[in-house]
Amino acid sequence: MKKIFVLIGALFLVLSLLTPGSCGDVIKIGVAGSHSGDLASYGLPTVNAVKLVADNYNKKGGLLGKKVEILTGDDQCKPELATNVATKMVSDGVVAVIGHICSGATKAALPIYKEAKIPVISPSATNPALTQSGQYPNFFRTIASDDAQAKLDVEFILNVLKAKKVAIIHDKGDYGKGFATYAKKFIKKDGRAKVVLFEGVTPGGVDYSAVVQKIKRKKPDVVVFGGYHPEASKIVSTMRKKGLKIPFISDDGVKDITFIKVAGKYAEDVYASGPKDISKNPLHIKAVEEHKKVFGSDPGAFFDNAYSAALALFNAIEKAGSTDYDKVTKALRTYYVDTPVGKIKFDKKGDAEGVGFSVYQVQNGKFVEIKF
Amino acid sequence: MDYFFELFFSGLSKGSIYALIALGYTMVYGIIELINFAHGEIYMIGAFTALIISGILTILGFNKISILILATIGAVIYSSAYGFTVEKIAYKPLRGSSRLSPLISAIGMSIFLQNYVLLAQTPNFVSFPELIPEIKWLEPYSSFLGSTDFVIIVTTAIVLVLLTILIKFTKIGKAMRATAQNQVMAALVGVNVDKIISVTFIIGSGLAAIGGVLIGSHVGQINFYIGFIAGIKAFTAAVLGGIGSIPGAVLGGLVLGWTESFGTGYISSDYEDVFAFCLLVLILIFRPAGILGESTQQKV
Repeated sequence: MKKIFVLIGALFLVLSLLTPGSCGDVIKIGVAGSHSGDLASYGLPTVNAVKLVADNYNKKGGLLGKKVEILTGDDQCKPELATNVATKMVSDGVVAVIGHICSGATKAALPIYKEAKIPVISPSATNPALTQSGQYPNFFRTIASDDAQAKLDVEFILNVLKAKKVAIIHDKGDYGKGFATYAKKFIKKDGRAKVVLFEGVTPGGVDYSAVVQKIKRKKPDVVVFGGYHPEASKIVSTMRKKGLKIPFISDDGVKDITFIKVAGKYAEDVYASGPKDISKNPLHIKAVEEHKKVFGSDPGAFFDNAYSAALALFNAIEKAGSTDYDKVTKALRTYYVDTPVGKIKFDKKGDAEGVGFSVYQVQNGKFVEIKF
Repeated sequence: MDYFFELFFSGLSKGSIYALIALGYTMVYGIIELINFAHGEIYMIGAFTALIISGILTILGFNKISILILATIGAVIYSSAYGFTVEKIAYKPLRGSSRLSPLISAIGMSIFLQNYVLLAQTPNFVSFPELIPEIKWLEPYSSFLGSTDFVIIVTTAIVLVLLTILIKFTKIGKAMRATAQNQVMAALVGVNVDKIISVTFIIGSGLAAIGGVLIGSHVGQINFYIGFIAGIKAFTAAVLGGIGSIPGAVLGGLVLGWTESFGTGYISSDYEDVFAFCLLVLILIFRPAGILGESTQQKV
């Protein structure tokens, strides 16, 4: 496998020698996000990813025959800086932006790009409203939104488990309660099932038997839990000890090997959603190898999403045959492209189809992906 | 009505958990009027010791009952040694200084022990084995009371009785009461005050270790931080019942457990802690010394 990469690399080198870059005429791509400060580790891998993809294109003779140039803008995840970065990007004449990283900063910057008709692809902004509000037709993302997990779990509960009564428990934290609230919203909207209990528990408690008794009394068909594995394992083992054998489904905070270790035999049959497994995707392996070769380290957060965003953008510009806003956004929504996070295209609202979560079940001490 | 009893028993077992730790708090406070914040950490160390010993014994192929007994004995000895040492290092040199100094020292000790276990063991949650065997005749009632719950309740009751006997009817108990009343006077009539205080810490820490073993098997997981949360709740229970009073700690624990359990069952678990602390405020308004606490006059 490695030899092939070397061969491809050599080929690129030869090609780049054959076609001396058509200098002067460049396509400017903006990369905006947190490149310094506390959250720099969220933003810098994106810069690396876009650089790698751009280099690959430049070695091949560029995009539409032009050299790709990258302009970086540091917003430190702060909305007030993000608007400055956006204004600068627009005046520098970028044709598209990969970023921003944080949802708040992205939201602040988007109106400026919208006005200037510049497509924006974020690898990491997960706030659901960014796409779902329909306010930003120029916005796309290669990461699933915050409510994607809850949506998937609810679909699983309604279509596969065919539950009629659902009890929802959460840990009162941002993550757990957020997940639980979305789940409740989706169940109510669908109407096929009823939420019979919606309660928060205090994390770190020594005993959850009272709330388990309450669940038992409401006679639900399934229990949904939003939160992390320490509480999940306490609740699920108390449920099983009290003879409550109904399905238990939870989120990414529970899809952790520690959950299985701690809950032991009580973890069996528990469902939990988690990000799709991309570790076997050849493009992911290739992207990581490239990163190691060029930067000498393992890539950081959102690298795969950023790499995919860059591939999707360049592919769309190539397919559109120009950098015209309408043509590029149409191409982003029309053509599938193979990326490290899977084969993706963007839907009407700008979310990537084919990116996101799967439901897993604990079977014989392992998380097994369930297709449905 | 079944639901009422289910909640009653879950409150009872939760309350017994709080009471078991609260007993150690209240004993130390009763003797030297120090809120020993490191008590929760001693409980946590007890749980870790029992985990390690039971792991070794399981590999060696011991049966369940002997693992439970040996692990508990090991945890009690090890935790008692910690309690003894903590007192010698952190509290004894400060005896006679202002009341705040040992309190700060206790908080420091608590932070130190937490981080020590964090570094020496693991920052993650680790699984704690179910050391307590299933009790056959309890099985039909498992929706009310598991065998671990049952063992915790019975242990708390036994400890309560034994401590009361120790303090009321033995020579060392008499010395303890004397030390609690006035250390200088007790020393004048021939009580070895240092020794009595050490014994108090050893007994309190031993109780914490028993709590660690039982609660560890009940919850099924432990980490370096469990002592803090359990300690806060147990401290609340001790204050509720009247800090310094042995039966008060148990009563306080049970009242706290029932409040949380019925609050969760009939209203909402979102406000579990709110009920618990509202109750504490109410009781302290009407009985500032706690339910069973005696309002002692300021010593002259």
